[in-house]
Amino acid sequence: MSTINQAPSNQTGLKLGPLATLLVGDKGGQRLIMALIALAVLMPVGNLFFPTDSIFHVSTYTLTLMGKYLCYALLALAVDLIWGYCGILSLGHGAFFALGGYAMGMYLMRQIGDRGVYGNAELPDFMVFLNWSELPWYWFGFDQFWFSMIMVLAAPGILAFVFGWLAFRSRVTGVYFSIITQALTYALLLAFFRNDMGFGGNNGLTDFKDILGFDLQSDNTRAALFIASVVALIIGYLICRLITTSKLGRVLVSIRDAEMRTRFVGYRVENYKLFVFVISAMLAGIAGALYVPQVGIINPGEFSPINSIEMIIWVAVGGRGTLFGAVIGAIAVNYAKTYFTGAFAELWLFMLGGLFVMTTLYLPKGIVGFVKQIQQGEGKASQVYTFMKNKLTVKGA
Amino acid sequence: MSLAIPKHIEKEYALYMDGVSVSFDGFKAINNLSLYIEPGEMRAIIGPNGAGKTTMMDIITGKTKPDSGSVIFNNELDLTQYDEAAVANLGVGRKFQKPSVIESLTVFENLELSLKGGRGVWQALFHKLTAEKKQKIDDILELIALSDRQEDLAANLSHGQKQWLEIGMLISQEPELLLIDEPAAGMTDEETMKTAELFKKLAKKHSLVVVEHDMDFIKALECKVTVLHEGSVLAEGSLESVQNNQKVIEVYLGR
Repeated sequence: MSTINQAPSNQTGLKLGPLATLLVGDKGGQRLIMALIALAVLMPVGNLFFPTDSIFHVSTYTLTLMGKYLCYALLALAVDLIWGYCGILSLGHGAFFALGGYAMGMYLMRQIGDRGVYGNAELPDFMVFLNWSELPWYWFGFDQFWFSMIMVLAAPGILAFVFGWLAFRSRVTGVYFSIITQALTYALLLAFFRNDMGFGGNNGLTDFKDILGFDLQSDNTRAALFIASVVALIIGYLICRLITTSKLGRVLVSIRDAEMRTRFVGYRVENYKLFVFVISAMLAGIAGALYVPQVGIINPGEFSPINSIEMIIWVAVGGRGTLFGAVIGAIAVNYAKTYFTGAFAELWLFMLGGLFVMTTLYLPKGIVGFVKQIQQGEGKASQVYTFMKNKLTVKGA
Repeated sequence: MSLAIPKHIEKEYALYMDGVSVSFDGFKAINNLSLYIEPGEMRAIIGPNGAGKTTMMDIITGKTKPDSGSVIFNNELDLTQYDEAAVANLGVGRKFQKPSVIESLTVFENLELSLKGGRGVWQALFHKLTAEKKQKIDDILELIALSDRQEDLAANLSHGQKQWLEIGMLISQEPELLLIDEPAAGMTDEETMKTAELFKKLAKKHSLVVVEHDMDFIKALECKVTVLHEGSVLAEGSLESVQNNQKVIEVYLGR
């Protein structure tokens, strides 16, 4: 059974557009995109046009929560692209997510203008509080939306480029790479905690008022942000699909499975890794930028190493190397997280750890792999299925 | 980059290794090794374990940098100045001892990946499989007798078939010089003889260096044999002369 998405082959002889070609033979992807489009229509309609007492009403809380999950799903896609296809296990991808978030947060801070507590149009509140007299140079330009959006891509992209260039050229791989990415995000966590950095220190950036002139608290803006998240996720999915179904994608798989061999065939492995690492970091940055206006805050906690580890679990649970599996995993695990942290908060981390162990032991290809096996009715799958069923029955009895 | 090309190479050589030494933590893995391969020549390399056969290949393919000596390709390129990917693109193909095909790709995709050209990131992203390229792959599939397995994952091939696929990958790179490490390992007798036939065919257009333990296979290759021992050449000549060489017998049988 192949976990690799085969190159699209157009057997029907129909002329397909380049976008449609990307989804030929990708049943999971087709369903995912249809589901996402349905969500993009139904959720905002339910929120805006149905009265609160209607069963079709979607609360703003649910809408925003779902929007948050979609940002996580895009982030999971970014992780799956490098881990699932190229074997690069980054345990610091939260850093790129947070940088994208900070770039967006800085724009939103500048939009507050003189409506802050101190009424200073030139400086964000926390700078006034710290007795700063002028805006630091690296805040210039963030009053412009276009500049901020460039930075959403550039900040994670440049960090990934420099970091990746050094690491991949020196042939840092495997566990060593994972450890230094973890160190990277931890170093950034400590740096962003410092007030002198000029990013709001411990409290981060918050109290946002509006985006592009639209009130962030209004349901219309929330619906628009939700739709933007869906669109970003679909585009992100198509970009990943474009990469993984091309010959480039097969080179990545080849690097994942036999790095040395790939070099001897004549591929410059470090360039391929760098390319896909930078793309992945930028996707994570976009996810962060969409996340911040929906949750209303960005603080150094987003850099914390545990966040980056959680992302790996989303992808592992969904199904590594399947793209849509990463999306499913991110949404499923975060839904569980929302539920369980509400119900039994102190148990959540144990459950997350347990989930990871269970996935590794019994579902090495995640939910997607498990469903596929059942569909194909392989002997092995039915064994796993019976095994799981027995376990569950014993527990239930 | 200054190329230390010795001026005294009078003949034309596909590979010219002269006075090459390398040591790891004081252990001399390769000791003043010299090896000269002519264009279109096939050469078999034998030697006991630890004789330096794999290290020699590592040096030629840019994986290991020698402490001294020169490795000249086609009388003009100093291979010690390049890394693995560059050496491969200059026209040196390598097959490993353990078959290392890409198991999660299909047989066809393995060959497509190794097909000459298009090694850049952008080229790979916008790669199109032209009819000409497809034809080349089909020809190689036929040559390695895997046409009807082309859609199968390489992981599902038998050991011998994997060896053949890797040989096919090597051919599709269109290298001038092929370095082949134990191609017959794990093959049936019939497959071994077929492989020998294939190599003899290849030797007309390419230069081949074949490392092997299987004496029947080497006999079938009908080529000059070099015996390595403790990192340098112990004997060189026809298989018969080498087998009757007193020093070689001592090394293989022990004193």
